[in-house]
Amino acid sequence: MADSSFKPDRASEEGAEQGADSQPGASVPESGPTRAQAEPAPAHEPEESPHEPDAHEPDEHGGHGGHGGHGEHPQSFFMKYLWSTDHKMIAMQYLFTGMAMALIGAFMVYVFRMQLAFPGMSVPGFGTVSPAEYNALVTNHGAIMIFWVAMPVLIAAFGNYLIPLMCGCDDMVFPRINRLSYQIFLLSSVVLICSFFVEGGGFGGAWTAYPPLSANPQYSLTPLGATLWVIAVALEFVAFLLGGINFITTAMNSRAPGMKMYDIPIVVWMIVVASILFMASVGPLVAGAVMLVFDQTVGTGFFDPKRGGDPILWQHLFWFFGHPEVYVVLLPAVGITGEIMTVFARKKLFAYPVVLYTVFATGILSFFVWAHHQFIAGIDPRMANIFTVTTVLISVPIAEMMFVYIATLWGGSIRLTTPMLWALSFVGEFLVGGVTGIFLGASGTDIYFHDTYFVLAHFHYTFVPIAIIGTFAAVTFWFPKMFGRMMDERLGKIHFWGTIIPFNMIFIPLFVLGAAGDHRRIWSYENFPELARPELQDLRVLATISMLVMLSFQLVFFYNFIKSLMSGPKAGRNPWQANTLEWTAPSPPPHGNFATLPTVYRGPYEYSVPGRDKDYWPQDAPS
Amino acid sequence: MKPVATTRSASGTPTGRLAVWWVIASEIVIFGGLLGSYIMHRLGHPEFGDYASHTNTWIGAFNTLVLLTSSLTAVLAHQAAENKDGEKAFQLLMCTIGGALTFVMVKSVEWTIEITSGFTITTNAFWSFYYTAAGLHALHVIAGAIIMAFVAVDARQGKELQRVELVGIYWHFVDVVWIFLFPLLYIAK
Amino acid sequence: MIEHYVVAASSYAKDIDGLFDFMFWLVGFWFVLAEGVFFYLIFRFRAKQGVKGEYITGEKKSEMRWISWPHYLVLACDVAIVVMAVKVWMNVKQELPEADATVRVIGQQWAWSFAHPGPDGKIDTADDIETVDELRLEVNKTYHFRLSARDVLHSFSVPVFRLKQDAIPGREIVGWFKPIKTGTFDIQCAEMCGIGHGLMPARVVIEDAAQHAAWVAEQSQHKVASLSAKPGAE
Repeated sequence: MADSSFKPDRASEEGAEQGADSQPGASVPESGPTRAQAEPAPAHEPEESPHEPDAHEPDEHGGHGGHGGHGEHPQSFFMKYLWSTDHKMIAMQYLFTGMAMALIGAFMVYVFRMQLAFPGMSVPGFGTVSPAEYNALVTNHGAIMIFWVAMPVLIAAFGNYLIPLMCGCDDMVFPRINRLSYQIFLLSSVVLICSFFVEGGGFGGAWTAYPPLSANPQYSLTPLGATLWVIAVALEFVAFLLGGINFITTAMNSRAPGMKMYDIPIVVWMIVVASILFMASVGPLVAGAVMLVFDQTVGTGFFDPKRGGDPILWQHLFWFFGHPEVYVVLLPAVGITGEIMTVFARKKLFAYPVVLYTVFATGILSFFVWAHHQFIAGIDPRMANIFTVTTVLISVPIAEMMFVYIATLWGGSIRLTTPMLWALSFVGEFLVGGVTGIFLGASGTDIYFHDTYFVLAHFHYTFVPIAIIGTFAAVTFWFPKMFGRMMDERLGKIHFWGTIIPFNMIFIPLFVLGAAGDHRRIWSYENFPELARPELQDLRVLATISMLVMLSFQLVFFYNFIKSLMSGPKAGRNPWQANTLEWTAPSPPPHGNFATLPTVYRGPYEYSVPGRDKDYWPQDAPS
Repeated sequence: MKPVATTRSASGTPTGRLAVWWVIASEIVIFGGLLGSYIMHRLGHPEFGDYASHTNTWIGAFNTLVLLTSSLTAVLAHQAAENKDGEKAFQLLMCTIGGALTFVMVKSVEWTIEITSGFTITTNAFWSFYYTAAGLHALHVIAGAIIMAFVAVDARQGKELQRVELVGIYWHFVDVVWIFLFPLLYIAK
Repeated sequence: MIEHYVVAASSYAKDIDGLFDFMFWLVGFWFVLAEGVFFYLIFRFRAKQGVKGEYITGEKKSEMRWISWPHYLVLACDVAIVVMAVKVWMNVKQELPEADATVRVIGQQWAWSFAHPGPDGKIDTADDIETVDELRLEVNKTYHFRLSARDVLHSFSVPVFRLKQDAIPGREIVGWFKPIKTGTFDIQCAEMCGIGHGLMPARVVIEDAAQHAAWVAEQSQHKVASLSAKPGAE
């Protein structure tokens, strides 16, 4: 299905325009107060030291107003790249740190899946995998992917990058707290990585860290690793609490004049609600983490039954956060998908207010479902029935969200660009994750499926769309804005198919293995006669080989990324002909973002409006 | 110096105040989780009443008075800031910080007495909660006092006077947490 | 469908399998329909030269119907699923039918120990038969299990029974099962319990009455006179 009719705008088509929108052939500047004048907007002085625009090469457009333009004192490498308070630079820091951590998480999965497929064999690049190492690998793979990849990339990187731009302001409201949040986040990653190299090795008690195993070094056998792990997670929480303040306050207060509630792009809403969910749910776990560290180091017995403590208390504290957390990462990915689908279907988001209501309903309900992770944990069985009801019910607003997205495609003019392929695959794959969740939320079936690979396959069909597909969708879509260049479409598509097809071939076998009884976090199934059957081992090998294929294709992405960064065709301001405000700033935007801060006249999804000759209508165009 | 973003107010509430309320919201959940866990433990372990009998209600009451008074001086500081009297705001904030220091010193003495009497954090579950909750609270008192000092110095120079109110709001929150801790740890015996 | 991979060896295994099948077809129908519509729309509305997209807000009643009707149908299916699931759950986890015998199950790092009633037919008596990593049961008898752990959390998982229950140190949890097929099958630990988590497989041996009685008799003869402290006593 070629999209030959759609060609993204390129810089060359605009010529050396003077800050007007980059519509090829546009004779009337469509933006509000004319930007061609070099009038500096008030209070545009750089915050601390003068900043160069955050461009990788000189912007070839003309005036950016007098603000933050070229010719001011050049910043040192340190000030510009390491000590910046500019939201875009902080976003890049989060993005690259998150992607580096993803490489570590991916290496871990490579090692442990090789062990599962070829038990006992030396894994190239690692060696033989001991049971203790296996446990540490699966524990940290999970923790890294959620806390150090999904959250920093989807929320911190894209939240930081997009929120000020999409809201039409010049930075986050608290740039220095923003910088501090990244620094704490970086510290948390360093602490986590250190935990792998201390005596006793990295923590191996699963990402859920249930005590007494996690609380007592005599049981975990990783005295230092376990404590460092908990501290790393706690630091990550602090970093995101700080970051969340910026996202929420900026979105609430710093919107462009004229931008009312339903004019806010959905991704901004999603990141804000995610931040609220995070802040409302992580508190008890922060308290729990303090208690766990005290149990580990000081000898308290908060979770030790022998000392009057209760291991189940930790579970409640953990999952009270843990369940909203999955929506914390889901919502930004859904928002990203919504932005991309509207642009490339050239369609208004179907029933925007309904989307918001499903988001609020999901967010609120998410606080009432947590014990579905604990159905057989020893909670009162009568309580389980309540949580079955709430858990199965939460599928309703989420299903509605998906239906609304699908409905947005109706009557569209769909261009299957690389970002669109990613966005569409998010919906298609997430549906699998969503429906398989029902089997786990229903207590009767969860008795059997709990702690099997069925659970694992379910949550990878939700998390991979969120963290991997969502990331690639966002990166391929906003790359032109962030770096001023276009990525290669052909390589993008090769990467897409080379990721999606193997992804399914990893996890469909795992559903089957889970149904066949494969339990989780098991170093080798050779000791379980019913699981050591060749037909089941074949499925494990299939999953592992598919994973190898999927990992290999990521090289295509990295090649595309670097090649495009260095020599991709220059991108104009608005190569995708989109409506939201970030596409009115230069690519990449300078410090301060806009020469003149925009005013908003309409919603973000006015595509294909009848009677207009262009099929898009930027938010800041007065008419 | 500040981005335009910081000065806007689409919601009608100034940015700084909005942010402080969000910080407080997340802190409420943290302390709520800790105190909720304590209450659940307490309900399941009636012997906690016995353990708690060894806390010193008088010291606790004195510290409560100290914190409440410091909240009062914080309110007066806010009033002074509203009247653009930076010097007075500075002095009243210094009184508040004085209250904080008093609180911490009294607590240090209290804990010294308790520890030397054999009631340490590992003595039993009640004392584990006692030191963890009161300790976390005390950390917030100290952090608040430090931030307050910065705000006070700025206020004396007539700068950022709106922050006097914000640090005051945070201070009231610290006070309220103590109002919950005091009965839970000292009175319920 | 689960029975295609795993024998159904307890009285409630077929209930759980049946619940799964019911949900599979119901949920599967919705899934296929949603994906079908999704792919169809992508195909039907792909960009064509000169054809603009439509301007649909989704806020008109006629448009909203396409969302609200599926929404209510999903809700109805959810109610059906919840009712069926709760029924199965209550039977397995809330009910405790009268037991023909009781066994003790204890998880620890890294093995399972079991105590079976001896010839006197009662548990927690001097003639109990203790085994490690092997649970021996008589087919068609209803058993209670008393489950606990010695150190960290473990989980008593018997796939052929479709049974799972976490074991918590300091607590004893009671449940039930009724084996209905003979054979020897896996017992797993299904809660991360340390480096030996995957190294504590056990087996459940389900035999007919005669074989089981013979085993009990044989074990009693081998029994050591002095017993270590009863496993569940801490």
